[in-house]
This record gives sequence, C-alpha cells and structure tokens, in this order.
Amino acid sequence: MAARKSAAKPNVSPEELKQYYRDMLLIRRFEEKAGQLYGMGLIGGFCHLYIGQEAVVVGLEAAADEGDKRVTSYRDHGHMLACGMDPDGVMAELTGREGGYSKGKGGSMHMFSREKHFYGGHGIVGAQVPIGAGLAFADKYLENDRVTFTYFGDGAANQGQVYESFNMASIWSLPVVFVIENNQYAMGTSQKRSTSGQDIYERGAPFGIPGELVDGMDVLKVKEAGEKAIAHCRAGKGPYILEIKTYRYRGHSMSDPAKYRTREEVQKMREERDPIENIRTMLLDGKHASEDDLKSIDKEIKDIVNKSADFARESPEPDLDQLWTDIYASELPQGDAVDS
Amino acid sequence: MATEILMPALSPTMEEGTLAKWLVKEGDEVSSGDILAEIETDKATMEFEAVDEGIVGKILIDEGTEGVKVNTPIAVLVEEGESADDVEVSEAPAEPAGGDDDDAGESAPAKAAEPASSVPASAALEPDWPEGTELKTQTVREALRDAMAEEMRRDPNVFVMGEEVAEYEGAYKITQGLLDEFGAKRVIDTPITEHGFAGLGVGAAFGGLKPIVEFMTFNFAMQAMDQIINSAAKTLYMSGGQMGCPMVFRGPNGAAARVAAQHSQDYAAWYAHIPGLRVVQPFSASDYKGLLKSAVRDPNPVIFLENEILYGKSFDVPDLEDFTVPFGKARIWKEGKDVTIVSFGIGMTYALEAAEKLAEEGIEAEVVDLRTLRPLDYGTVIESVKKTNRVVTVEEGFPVASIGNHLSAYIMENAFDYLDAPVINCTGKDVPMPYAANLEKHALVTTDEVIAAVKTVTYR
Repeated sequence: MAARKSAAKPNVSPEELKQYYRDMLLIRRFEEKAGQLYGMGLIGGFCHLYIGQEAVVVGLEAAADEGDKRVTSYRDHGHMLACGMDPDGVMAELTGREGGYSKGKGGSMHMFSREKHFYGGHGIVGAQVPIGAGLAFADKYLENDRVTFTYFGDGAANQGQVYESFNMASIWSLPVVFVIENNQYAMGTSQKRSTSGQDIYERGAPFGIPGELVDGMDVLKVKEAGEKAIAHCRAGKGPYILEIKTYRYRGHSMSDPAKYRTREEVQKMREERDPIENIRTMLLDGKHASEDDLKSIDKEIKDIVNKSADFARESPEPDLDQLWTDIYASELPQGDAVDS
Repeated sequence: MATEILMPALSPTMEEGTLAKWLVKEGDEVSSGDILAEIETDKATMEFEAVDEGIVGKILIDEGTEGVKVNTPIAVLVEEGESADDVEVSEAPAEPAGGDDDDAGESAPAKAAEPASSVPASAALEPDWPEGTELKTQTVREALRDAMAEEMRRDPNVFVMGEEVAEYEGAYKITQGLLDEFGAKRVIDTPITEHGFAGLGVGAAFGGLKPIVEFMTFNFAMQAMDQIINSAAKTLYMSGGQMGCPMVFRGPNGAAARVAAQHSQDYAAWYAHIPGLRVVQPFSASDYKGLLKSAVRDPNPVIFLENEILYGKSFDVPDLEDFTVPFGKARIWKEGKDVTIVSFGIGMTYALEAAEKLAEEGIEAEVVDLRTLRPLDYGTVIESVKKTNRVVTVEEGFPVASIGNHLSAYIMENAFDYLDAPVINCTGKDVPMPYAANLEKHALVTTDEVIAAVKTVTYR
C-alpha cells in the first residue's frame, strides 16, 4: 500500500487525477473488449493485451508535450490510446477492417499515426529501440526540442541492438527516453531466469546514461519520473533510462495460458497494486470525486469502447485491390521535417 | 647479397599505384621498419616500410611515377661493400602468387574487369543523356562521390552515415571530401554496429530525414538484415501507406579479390526477393551516378549494390548539372540478333567480353544491362528475346534462386513460343568463396562459361 500512501498527497489537481483515471480505464476496458472480440473470432493472429500496465503509458503521456514521439513493440494498444489515437481506428485495425489505422494491413502489432507522432507498433522484439534512437536523431538534426519515448520490455532488454542503441544515443547525445516496461516476464520466462543482474536501469551506466527504477503501478510516480527524464533530454543532456516495474495480468498473448506463474501471484497484484483502483481510491478518499462521478466516467468509457467495437465490426474488410497498394510510395511522405 | 624492393600490393584489389614520394635516398642505411616511401593506391596514401636491412643502392622508380605495377622492382638494397651497379634487376613484374594458372583463361576477376574501361559509352544504344552532351571520364568511385555531394547540396535533410565514412573518407574512399564540404553533422562516423545504425537510419527516415547508410560491405549488412527487411521494407505496407522509409543503403557487394567466403557474397537475389525494396546494381560510372541520385530522391528504401572491383574503373559520364537515370529501365550495351545476354553489375564485364569474342566468331550477341533489379525492366528483356530467341543470363551470385532463375521463369511464362533453346543461367558456383587464387577464379562465373553457354543455346 506504499503507493497509495505516497499518492495521498498528490501534487496534481483533481481534474488531472480524473483524467488519468479516465485514460487508464479506457485502455483497460478497450483491452477487455479486444479480448472478448478475439474470443469471438473477430480478431485474429497475435493479440497482446496491456491490462495491468496502464499506468506506464498514461503517466508518461501526462509528462509529454505536443510533438514528442513514441515508438513501441507489439504490445501497443495502450500506447496508441494514451497518445490520443482514435479507439475506433485501433479496434477496426484489430478486426482487419478498412477503417483501421493501417486499412487492415497491419493488425494488432503494426499501427502508426503521423498525426499523433506514434511510430509503431513493431513486431520484432527490440527492433523499435534503434528506430527510436533514429527518431531522436532526426529531431536533433532538425534542431527542434522534441523527445522520443522508446518503449521496450524486460525481454527485449536482452537484445544486442538495445546496447548498440544505448551506445549511439550516448555518443551523439540523442534526446531519447528508453522506457523499459518491466512486466517481469519475457513471454513465459521470468526475469530471474533470463536476465543477469536484475536492475535493468543500471545497464545504461557503462554508457554514461542515467537511469532509474520507477513504480509502474503508480501513475503519479511514472509521470514524475517521465517529467524528469524529458527535462534531461530537452536540456540536451542526451538519453535517459526509466525502468518501470509493472505487471501484465493477462498472458503474453491471447493464446498464452500463463502456466509459468501462479494464479495467486496475479491475484495479489490485482488486489494490492492495481493502478486504476489506486487512483480510484485516491479520488474517493480525497473527496475529489463521488461514486456517481466515477460511475459516469465508467459509463462514458464503456460507450466509447462499445462504439469502437461496433465500428470495428461494421467497417468493411479492405477491398481486394488493397492487396496491391502501399508497397511503394510514389512521393515522399509528409514528415515532421516538412510540416514543422 | 643485393635485395630488390618490389612495388607492394596494399589492398586486395590493388594492381598498380603511384610512387608518391621517396623518404630515403641512395646511400642511406635502412633497417627493418624504416619508412621507405609513400605509395598512393586508388584508395589511400600509404607508408611503405623496409623489411630488410641494408643500404639503398639504387632507386629504380622515380618519385611521382604513376601506374607502377605491383611487384615491379622499385629499388635495390645492397650490403656494405656491394655496388648496386653489379646487381641485375629483373625487368618484368614478378608473377603474383597463384596468377600463373594457365588454363584459367581470362577469368580472374581483376582481369575480367579490364574490358569495362575499354568499352566506349557510345556502345550504349539509348544513352541516358541528350545528344551532343559533353562527356568526361570518371571512375565509378568519383561518380558515386559526386552523386552524394550533389544530392546533399540539393537537400539539407540528406546525410551520410556509416563506418569510416567521415574522417577516414570511406574505407573505399567513396565519401572522399564529403566531411570537408558538409561537416560532421551530415557526414557521420558510426561505431561498428550495423544492426544498430541501420535501425537508427530507419528511425531517422521515419522522422523526416533522408539517410544514406553506407555498409563497409553488404556482407556486414547481414547483421542489419532484420532492420532492412522488417523495418525499412515493410512499414509502408503495414501502416496502410502512412509511413514510408525513404533512405538508401549502399556499399560494395559481391566478390572483390581474395577476401574469401565471408566477404565475397553477391546479395542481389536476396534483396530482389523483397517487396517494398528498390534494388539497384549498376555497372558503368554514369549509371552509378545517375541511379544513386535517383535512389536518394526515391521515397522508398533503396538497396544500392556497388562493386569494389568496379570502383576504380573509368567510364564516360555526361557533364550535366543534374544527371539522373530512372529506375526500371534496362540499357542495351550492344545490339545483336543471335542471342540475348542479360546481366547487371560486374556481371556485365563477362557479358561484354564474351560478346566481343563471340563477334569475332560471327555470333552477334545483344547485351542487356538490367541496372535495377526492382523494378526490373521485363519489357526490354522480352523484346530482345523475341528478336534473338535465345538467352543467357550472367551474374556472380549463387545459382540457386538466382536472378537468372527468376528471369528464366519469367521468359518461359511470357515468351515461351519465342524461345529456340532453353535459357542458360551463368552464375557463381554453388560453393562458399574459396581464398586460393586459382579456386576463386573458378568459383566466380567466367567469360569462357558465358561463351560456352552462348554456343550451347545457338547450337554452335
């Protein structure tokens, strides 16, 4: 209950608290709905749910400014919702429909939004890390003061390219926050079994990159750490590492029975550390919101999610001609270099 | 006992060099490790050290002499009391090791590359420049450098990154002068971290820049393959057209000379397999220049496959302010009616040499240089097949799932009735590249094999 105690005197307004509650709840309900649609056969392939980890992206997005970038792995629905992408477009991509962010051609793991500066959605573990460093390289080259959040998991932290990226980001002082979402399981292999030296945030030290460990079940702590990291990057001091300890309640993907951990372990996390319950209690205890206020938020979220599910079912499958489009670009994309 | 000092080979592909400066004079005493001279190769100026002790008895090649063949005696070391005048100096350069394999014919890669420089640009039936354009002679190396410099002047978001591209001016001297002109912000030395900097380049392209990523050789790009294929080539499609990856991956590809299995592979077929990539593999300097400029401007990821042996070869290049060559347009180097020889990149050296020899025997080969493999100019190939009815393909890559295999299938599907003989694919052999000089010659495709294939398909 340490998190709850420390958050009892939040340095945030009730409105902000309610916003975080709303944003996290949207991710939770959206993911629950996605799981349900998967069970109905409306979503196919791999589908990696974000339930339990909501405070990570909501906290960091609260710290980010307009124009900051983000890139992540295949467990990406939460990141997209948190940065303001349309739930309808995300859900319709999950069902492989024309109205999806990638017109149904990317699926759960591959969505992008230039408008929201979301650069994927990458399916190969760790591949987004040098890409994130490259986004930051572009910002530095273009001499704006934007920062890139490069998310990866504790599993990806054992990929060589992560350290190739640390090295380059450090020697070139790139404005990138490496966010390690440590949910403690690399698919079915616990961190203890896969990772030598349990403090991943310290792995930046040999490269001269400061890092810190953050309680990822507490959205306020995540936000605070995010603000510090961003300030470091914006000041031109180079990269920063946040290892955010979190927990996913569901399996690695929808087809993972999660036999590698006990039901009790999951249950304990849900009961004692749930990031949404944490904020909910804070709102009620601090009399910032009534049960009715929260119920109305719940209802609002439920409506948004139901609408996205309806849209995702009703949006048609892509036209067969779409098979042959978007393989080659005929003109340069309108990138940040152009529109800023 | 007098010792001859021979012109050294200072790189795998060096055949001759310039004796830039003597740092010793006749009568000087030298011991091993002393620097004797500065020698300019096509890539760099190198210091040349003494191996033996002695007195410089005679300097045989004056400083400033260009084109000194490897193994030519350049000085004589004598012992105390000996006179250099008594020494009989051998005249011809000594034979390089392994180079005396008589039955190998003309197929050593370095030798086979010779006709390249002697092929007049007028052999191109459809030149890519207007009639009357002034031409200048340039090496492939200079053409590549000029192409990058011109594109960097044109677009401030174009930058070059790779191992040794900046301060060292390129492991193969391709980026010579770029750091001076454009500065360290745009000409960037990377750590040896191919996977990392390929991915970083992809991110920079997503972020609005136009990276030119140099691989010291494409053999090292295998470390970066995931970023090239999964990130660069597929993102436009996966994003439903929202996010492309406009960038160039370039560097030498294929066999150089005597660098063995891990440094000699031709990746043309590998990259040509991937939708979403453009794949370019030029032969002549004008194509290197015009196609690289097109590559930098293309909004897609471009694999630009160069060849180390061709770097030093000279060709006519149009003296135009902004010369580009479009993708997907093959070039017919020689017209002929008896057989079509289709090739690309350094394969063209064998194709052209074979065509020249075949002409002496009265066989008129049409030689088609594909220039780009994605997009591939099927139309020009098919038109030529309809005229000659016989096809031989030539490439240095491995035989299984080669570009030639693909062309054969395409021709069979689209021009079967025009064929008077099965298509023959001349390729490198199905073996890892050996180091031994004689084995290497045979591992590559040879001009003799191309000639034999043409005779087979023309039933001669």
